[in-house]
Amino acid sequence: MALDQKAPNEQVQPIDFEEGVVQRRPLTTQTGMGGTEPKMISGVLADDDNIVFTTVNNLFAWARSRSPWPLGYGLACCAIEMMASAASHHDLARFGAEVFRSSPRQADVMIVAGTVTHKMAPRLRRLYEQMPEPKWVIAMGNCASSGGEFWDSYATLQGVDTVVPVDVYVPGCPPRPEALTEGVLRLREKIAKGG
Amino acid sequence: MRPDPASPALAEPILTDEGLETEELILNMGPQHPSTHGVLRLVLKLQGEKVIECIPVMGYLHRGLEKIFEWRTFQGGIRYADQADYVSNMLNEHCYVGAMEAIANIDVPRRAEYIRVLVDELSRCASHLVWLGTYGLDVGATTPLLYCFRDREEILDMFEELCGSRMNFNYFRPGGVLYDFPPGMLAKLERFLDRFAGHIERDYVELLETNEIFLERTIGVGTIPGDVAKAYSLTGPMLRASGVDWDLRKDRPYSIYPELKSFRSVTAVEGDAYARYKVRLGELRRSVEIVRECIANLPGGAVRARLGHVWKCPKGEAYYTVEGAKGEVGIYMISSGGSAPNPFRAKMRGPSFNNLQILPWLLRGRLVADAVAILGSIDIVLGDVDR
Repeated sequence: MALDQKAPNEQVQPIDFEEGVVQRRPLTTQTGMGGTEPKMISGVLADDDNIVFTTVNNLFAWARSRSPWPLGYGLACCAIEMMASAASHHDLARFGAEVFRSSPRQADVMIVAGTVTHKMAPRLRRLYEQMPEPKWVIAMGNCASSGGEFWDSYATLQGVDTVVPVDVYVPGCPPRPEALTEGVLRLREKIAKGG
Repeated sequence: MRPDPASPALAEPILTDEGLETEELILNMGPQHPSTHGVLRLVLKLQGEKVIECIPVMGYLHRGLEKIFEWRTFQGGIRYADQADYVSNMLNEHCYVGAMEAIANIDVPRRAEYIRVLVDELSRCASHLVWLGTYGLDVGATTPLLYCFRDREEILDMFEELCGSRMNFNYFRPGGVLYDFPPGMLAKLERFLDRFAGHIERDYVELLETNEIFLERTIGVGTIPGDVAKAYSLTGPMLRASGVDWDLRKDRPYSIYPELKSFRSVTAVEGDAYARYKVRLGELRRSVEIVRECIANLPGGAVRARLGHVWKCPKGEAYYTVEGAKGEVGIYMISSGGSAPNPFRAKMRGPSFNNLQILPWLLRGRLVADAVAILGSIDIVLGDVDR
């Protein structure tokens, strides 16, 4: 399809390279493709003869951001909501993050879902270190973010960021599945920027 | 062909050593393991494929709930009772609030009692649905999880409409509940119950009971005789699946359960994992009937007794039990009275903790492949085990 046959739509920025597919993604994924956004027109990209120039880093970051495989690190109540967001109603598979791995060696992002106790903290750190680079951490829920309602408990860690570096904090007690989905989308944005 | 589930041959571990020399292997399962339903750690001592000893290591989710109860006010502790068994939160709240009411002798309005039983049974449904889905995952069936969470989402949506939160509701209050039903919710609930009753018969039964793999992995696995179940102080579906008809809703009646015509305890005699599945599925059906009866007989009036703005529990102590989704939930509360705004002590009996104690007995001599199937059938929630 030639450029002049299809009027360029200014509002929609297609991300996929399929012909005629106009994908309206949520706002958080439209931005953050790395650097300044190239002006893409679906007609140009759909033509097989055209060439796209980008850096290898940008390409890798883009590819990585599309399917962050989480480590299913369910600890407490948030784990149930994490399961709910991966299940049929809130389908996390739409954003490529539904493959909950049981082994840290196959995972990209660790979703710390629940209260981290002092007994669990060394295991959490060890699992984080077993994950291959590049790796990211989502702190899901108030307990993992800051200690939450267990702020004065003798047994819990006051936020998982005292043990591992956290990329995205998802507040809530427990966060709704929509909130976790938003957290995954924010993480995608961050990964696509190369972070 | 599947052998008769009642035959004693299946109850025994089918193992022969055949004179082979084996050495002990210690296998560490958990605390990060998808089938331990949380953060339980099992140290399995193996001889070949046979488990000769199992040591559960707990405490990875110990948050000091009982100590926090002492630090919070009476009303503030309700929120923390949610956190114990976070899959069936309403039942914990009922127990915590019931202990306070038993001390203070509060008369709960009839409408509030009906609402309590209604949300209790819905919460039981939500808990059993999570169990059904994750147990399917444990024994190798992925599909039931998706179907179970479909219905659970609807229940949680209605809870959200009722009290503003999907989990950790903070809905019960001493002397009643926080809110009445929003307009239109009962009709919505009835429509859901019709759908849900159909889903139980069509989806869950079809998906699991006609599945040869599910039957092979559950029938005759993890058999508990009735006397052993009583000796290990099991409660809930674990006990009733072993042929012991003990249900606190009828044996130590509380709330309006003695008046309900549709309530009957669900029992099975085999005592294996499949019997526990049957009991929990039967409780789903029974809960639907109870909720229907509650809707039909829902009286009018207030949903909360008037206790005054600053209510403090008088001096006294009480042990209050509720038949939770997993067994007997109990709170032993001591109130020092006077101007103390918080309980002197609140001991919580978690059903998962007591039910978990039978695991080493069950796993001894079993195949390691059955460990997950047996552990899953106990239906533990680690928040309830560790508290």
